[in-house]
This record gives sequence, structure tokens and C-alpha cells, in this order.
Amino acid sequence: MNAKPIALLSCLLLAMAAWAADPPPDRQRELVRMVRQDCGSCHGLTLKGGLGPPLLPETLRDKPAESLRYTVLLGRPGTPMPPWNAFMNEAEADWIVRQLMLGFPEETR
Amino acid sequence: MKSLFSVLAALLLSACSGAALRGTGDLGIVIERATGSVAVVDTSARAILGRVEGLGDLSHASAVYSRDGRHAYVFGRDGGLTKVDLLERKIARRIIQAGNSIGGAISQDGRLVAAQNYQPGGVKVFDAGTLELLADIPAAYGDGKQFSKVVGLADVPGSKFVFALFEAGEIWVADLSQPRTPQVTKFRNIGSQPYDGLVTPDGRHYIAGLFGEDGLALVDLWKPEQGARKILANYGKGAEKLPVFKMPHLRGWAVAGARAYLPAIGRQEVLVVDTTTWQEVGRIPVKGQPVFVMARPDGRQIWVNFAFPDYGQVQVIDTLEQKVVQTLAPGKAVLHMEFTPRGEAVWISARDDNRIVVFDTASFARLAELPAQSPSGIFFTSRAARIGF
Repeated sequence: MNAKPIALLSCLLLAMAAWAADPPPDRQRELVRMVRQDCGSCHGLTLKGGLGPPLLPETLRDKPAESLRYTVLLGRPGTPMPPWNAFMNEAEADWIVRQLMLGFPEETR
Repeated sequence: MKSLFSVLAALLLSACSGAALRGTGDLGIVIERATGSVAVVDTSARAILGRVEGLGDLSHASAVYSRDGRHAYVFGRDGGLTKVDLLERKIARRIIQAGNSIGGAISQDGRLVAAQNYQPGGVKVFDAGTLELLADIPAAYGDGKQFSKVVGLADVPGSKFVFALFEAGEIWVADLSQPRTPQVTKFRNIGSQPYDGLVTPDGRHYIAGLFGEDGLALVDLWKPEQGARKILANYGKGAEKLPVFKMPHLRGWAVAGARAYLPAIGRQEVLVVDTTTWQEVGRIPVKGQPVFVMARPDGRQIWVNFAFPDYGQVQVIDTLEQKVVQTLAPGKAVLHMEFTPRGEAVWISARDDNRIVVFDTASFARLAELPAQSPSGIFFTSRAARIGF
């Protein structure tokens, strides 16, 4: 078995993973605006919390990324948190969760 | 010679005093949430007179007015309370009074300013002149060790403030006739998760909208001994509600004639209630989930804006016909609407288009467009003279 196809395949997989991981720059800008402005109407423009809890790295640190992904996509029944899956896919939700855990970017004007 | 001297003196005086004398009845502010500034606007000239900066985090900011209409008290999300002088267009005083705040109210006599806070949950009351803290009312509930977020703070006659406790499901009436020793009356078990409140124009009824269940809680403040009761219970009738991407706002009158117009939570409807019986008398389908449902000052029209993702439009309900008669598209992300004092025009903020659009409320013609940085709330000085604003 030649190693080449495997290397090629893993390159391809890596590239796909990277593609899945990072939405294109224009979409990232939209997502940042959506989080700051629309999520911000409950969680605060600075994400320090409001009717919804803070979304700062220190408050999210102990929460598994996967459960945060599903909170974003499916909402939390019994609380005001709505599902956002009509407006973003899983990879985009993952990207948002990663950014939140790192310290969410500011909007670029 | 003498007259030349007096002309010179007058010239000198006017040069020193700067701006000409003017009233404030046609002034207002527009919150620019991204930049932490407010634009001071003139609704007669339809112009921005200037900006006041340095107000902190103004996401979800709101404002009330001193009774002379000169000062706006701006409540910022970061707990900042800023007293802005509209005439000099500068900050008169500014304090940080809490960690996370959501709005405020001013007493009937204009002497007390109250702020409602999420963190720490409670209400703080300040001297309107100096912003000195006079009373702190923590929203403790249950075993007394937990504090609820406070929503729906409204002023009512007699130095009283009414507000609701989101987690606790309670409505409190705080009597501040002795400002340093507030007397609090509590209404418990009023319903699940009150998210905002309003007081009717006569100051008699306080209504809290409920997020956790269908219906609203009502307190007759003239007959507090009757307690709180539920109105419009089960307006969803078991239908699954839509996801709510933005909480509606009740603040500001949505009362026109003998009817109140209220946003349905998780439904694309405006609920119509008879204010003598508090029974539902109709519901009006609209294009999205209502956020603000606001009566034009004469009560002939109700203007409605919507939550994400339908927030590019505004609809107008005619209260005689009880139906939508106009749909407008003022811009991207319409966050707020404010009527001029007698309602011939309405100012609408379109956050993502960075502009304010002014409409004639009779012809629906666009009268003006003004540039603003991510505009949200619009507050005119006419609020100074109205209960619940």
C-alpha cells in the first residue's frame, strides 16, 4: 500500500476540518455581529450578561464545548434561550463557541 | 452714544452666553449603543444638534427626564447612571450604581430617580439632583439569600415605584414618600418569569408580561388589597410557541381609548384587551413577533416593531378598523420608535443602517433621515410629563 494516497487523504480531511472549523471571513463578520447585537439583547453587548447569563471565557471555562454547541443550536427549554439552528449550521455554532471561550472578537467596522 | 454703548454691551453679553435661549419641549436623545454616546435631537428642525459621549455600555439603555425637560437620566447596561444636560450637551453627573442594569424611572414629583438592576438584583433610588443614593431595595426572595433580576420598573403616583422580579415571580410596590425608609408591598405567585411591565396612563393598573406561561399579571393599584390576578391566561391555547429571539417590551403605554394592545409572547400577534373588564376582545395578526406595541398619543394608531429576524419592518394598526393598515420598511434592525409629543410624526431607529427615519403618521411619508451610530432607543422630553415613562 502506497503511503501517498493516505497522506493525500489526511491532507484532504485536514483541509475539510479546517474548512468546517472556520467560516469564511464575510460570514465570520456576520456571526460576530449577530452574537454582539442579537445575542447581546439578552447577554449584553459586552457579553457580561443581562436577562441571560454572561458569555465570558471565565464563565464558560468549565462547560463542555459540545453542550454549548447544542445550547446555541437548540436553545434551552424552560429558559428564554431560543434555538438558533435556523440561522447557522453546526460548524458555525462551534466557531462561535470557540470564539466565546477565547474571548469574543469585537465587531469590525 | 448711550445707545451705541448698550448695543455693544448686548453684543458682548450674547457672545459670552453662547447659544440663544431656548426651551426643551421639542428635544430628545437617541442612544448610540455601539459608541456609548447619545445624539441630542430637535424634533421641530428634524436635526441632530450634537452628541454627548462617555456614557459607557449602552446596550439596552433607556432614559427618563427631569420634569423641566432639561436633563435626561440615562441607564446603561454596565450599571452607569448618567445625567445629561440637553441644553449644554454635556454630562452633568455620572455614577456607576450597579454591575448590570436594565432601566429606570423617575418619581411623580421628579425628586427621585430609581434604577432597576440585574446584578445585584434590586432597585436603587437616588436623589434626582445630586444622584446621591437614598435607598437600596434588594430583590431577595425564597429563603432571602437569592436575589432576583428586576424588570418592568414603573413610576406610579405618590412617590411609588412598581416592579417585577423575574426569577421570583413577584410584583413589588415600593412607597418612597420617606425616601430613606421605603415601605415595600409584595404580591407573590403572580406568574412564571415576568419579563417586563407597564402602568396604564392613569397610573391605576400595573401589568407584567409573563415569559414562563401564557398570560399577564395585573395589579389594581387603587385596590391593592385585591392582590394580583391573571389576565389573558392561556392565550396560546396549547399551541406550541415560536422561539423568542427578543423579549417584547411593555414599557410605554400601549393603551388607546378603552383598549390595551399587548405583544403575544412567541406568537405573531397583538392581543387586544378591554381595560374595563380585562378580557381579551381580539387579536391582530402581524408580520413577526412584536417587540414594541406603542399607541400614537391620540390613540388612533398602534405602531408595532418586531424581533429578529423580522425586524426590518414596522406595521401600523388602525384602532377603529382593528387591523393592520400600513407596513413600512424603515431599514435594517428596527429597534425603537418614538412619537413626537402630539404624534404627528414618529422617529424610528434602524440600527444596522446607522440611521433614524422620521415618518409622517398621517400620510406615512418619509420626512427625514438622520445619520446615527447603531441607534437604538429614542426618548423625547415629552416623557417628562407622562406617568410610566
